[in-house]
Amino acid sequence: MNRRTVLALVAGAALLLPGCTGTGGSAKGADAKAPDDPSKVSGDITVLTVRTDLVQDGTMKKYAAEFNKVYPKVKVEFQALTNYEAEIKIRMNTEDYGDVLLIPAVIKKNDYPKFFASLGTEAERAAKYRFTDFTTVDGKVYGQSPVGVMPGFVYNKRVWQEAGITEWPTTPAEFLAGLKAIKEKTRAVPYYTNFAAQWPLTSWTYVNGSVGCDPQATTKLAQGDPWAQGSDLRVGDRLLYDIVRQGLAEKDPTTTNWELSKPQLAKGEIATQWLGTWAVIQFQDAAKKAGVNPDDIGFMPFPAQSDGTFCATVGPDYNQAVNVHSPHKEAARAWIDWFTDKSGYDRDNLAISPLKDASMPQVLKPYEDAGVKLIELDDSAGAEVKLIDDESEVGIYKPEYRQDLVDLARGAKKGSLDDFLADLGKKWTKTQKSVTGR
Amino acid sequence: MTHTTGKVPAGTAASAGTAPLPAPRRTRTWRVLTPWLFLLAPLALLITFTYAPIANMVAYSFTDWDGVSPELHYTGVENYTEIFTREDLFQVFFVSGYYLIASVVQIAAALYFATILSFQVRFRNFFKGVLFFPSLVNGVAIGFVFLYFFQDGGTFDTVLGLFGHHTDHAWLGTPFSANTSLAGVSIWRYLGMNFVLFLGAIQSIPGELYEASELDGANRWHQFRYIILPGIKPVLTLTVILSISGSLSAFEIPYIMTGGATGTETFVIQTVKLAFQFNKTGLASAAAVVLLLIILLVTWVQRRLVPDDRVDLV
Repeated sequence: MNRRTVLALVAGAALLLPGCTGTGGSAKGADAKAPDDPSKVSGDITVLTVRTDLVQDGTMKKYAAEFNKVYPKVKVEFQALTNYEAEIKIRMNTEDYGDVLLIPAVIKKNDYPKFFASLGTEAERAAKYRFTDFTTVDGKVYGQSPVGVMPGFVYNKRVWQEAGITEWPTTPAEFLAGLKAIKEKTRAVPYYTNFAAQWPLTSWTYVNGSVGCDPQATTKLAQGDPWAQGSDLRVGDRLLYDIVRQGLAEKDPTTTNWELSKPQLAKGEIATQWLGTWAVIQFQDAAKKAGVNPDDIGFMPFPAQSDGTFCATVGPDYNQAVNVHSPHKEAARAWIDWFTDKSGYDRDNLAISPLKDASMPQVLKPYEDAGVKLIELDDSAGAEVKLIDDESEVGIYKPEYRQDLVDLARGAKKGSLDDFLADLGKKWTKTQKSVTGR
Repeated sequence: MTHTTGKVPAGTAASAGTAPLPAPRRTRTWRVLTPWLFLLAPLALLITFTYAPIANMVAYSFTDWDGVSPELHYTGVENYTEIFTREDLFQVFFVSGYYLIASVVQIAAALYFATILSFQVRFRNFFKGVLFFPSLVNGVAIGFVFLYFFQDGGTFDTVLGLFGHHTDHAWLGTPFSANTSLAGVSIWRYLGMNFVLFLGAIQSIPGELYEASELDGANRWHQFRYIILPGIKPVLTLTVILSISGSLSAFEIPYIMTGGATGTETFVIQTVKLAFQFNKTGLASAAAVVLLLIILLVTWVQRRLVPDDRVDLV
């Protein structure tokens, strides 16, 4: 045997190593029952979170201290992940992904029972909590979001008033007229796309439901062309296209800066951004830091009305779940229940409570005054939509297609909006057929 | 390696004492075994962290795995068929053209500076430092630095403004401008590395050759053309190969700066998107394997066209 044969043999042996995926998620169907007696539950639990800021400034520790007053024998540790989706994806291949975690977007809904312990049946949980159907598989619920979020425009009230607009626009055309007035009468950038940060653009997908005021909007995505004439996504995309096309967005979208955009909006250098209720507190904090009035930060619904009222959708943020491999499922469950019901996390973040009987946060006072109709989308087809989205590589929950849309609008990419959307629709419906067999 | 292997048998032979005969069996076994014992640690690391993952990736490329699901199905060559039948997956290679042109500029510039700085020049070491410095900076940091550089009203616009040239150009705004800017950053980033390679090669050329050629009436250009260029040919070929494979698999700079938006998506960015955005780990693995094969193929063709002869200057 000469040296080459040896090398070839070694390489060959390496290739024959089993293509092991190392997936530990083989256990199936476990329940994380709520403990009967809080003083008896014990165990060390690790809670994964995306709130790096709250772990660093000690806020999470304060929550844990409060929690320990009720559950003295449970020790809570926090792990903040900066790039949650990417990091958790790798860890999901092991059994070590914390005791309490946020359900990652990458896990298919039907696989939930393999990764998470059930929190109870939908019938019993739906009576008390919102958003249960987002994590329900075969009648069992696997996660619970501690806050509800609502998409909408974060805007600077002072700037909009200076431009002479005091009423929320009710149609996309009125909205565009409003932005134009801002451009003419003030020095603010009317709309900021946050193109470079990518994810702010994906929030435009959450116009779905609020345009046509239809709780079945997600089911419609799964069954038809999302960009059909008059459909929610088309109206939203058209508005974004027109904003950029008419020069109402920032001059150079390719070098935007998300962190910087917060104080800029607070100071009135930027007038509007399409984000969600979750962003309001961040902008108010930025205002306080910049020494301007935090009450200038306003929140408005998508400019569309049906039957004379605005419509807004309430959806879950990340859902907390219990690791199916956790040795302390009761303690983990206790944390989720306490964090959802009693921690005050929702109020601290000016967010919508996940409890059905709780009142709306202060931020949404103008919504109540204006009689905005709040709806919850039916998510029973959510898994199917995600599957079609990935298979077709359209990516309605990914930034790429909206980046292309903005490029198209500012002329960096050739083509018309109609062709672009028709093309997406074609890809979508083609995959739809192969995925669902419809 | 040769150093260490030489020493051990020498030691054992000394302890064997007066035996003038061929070394005993045990010594001979050790002589064969020793290099392998030394190789054990690096080989174990190499196999664990390089070859096993590659083998795994090749295995994934024949499945429909999504990256997390406990279930995966063997799909045969389906992923490969998809890659070779979908033209949109290959269009991104046009973007590599920008980096290819950039690497020509980069090699030419590196060669120029290396030649000049190998002669007696004032502040020679200072310039060497200046040219090599970017290679020491982390690629991700460079991405962020240049994001500010190209911003509207950023460093670049300010510098141009100082020279009285006020552009209102969005440098990353159109596909052409964005790709050119990114390729420019890539030149800045990798020029130092090529430069150092060339400089080392040039300095290994014996000095007498220059003196002799000067006596024969050669000028600087002649020296470059007939002494330096043939003298560094192996290094030059290596650099060209590295540049081509680097242009085909450009990633860091465009990923950090634009994330592949505005027509700056390269093959590797596309692969990452397939794997981590659309959760098609199987397809993405196949794409990675295809890229590897393409680079091997290009290298092979290149070696065929430009054989690596031994150079003999004297």
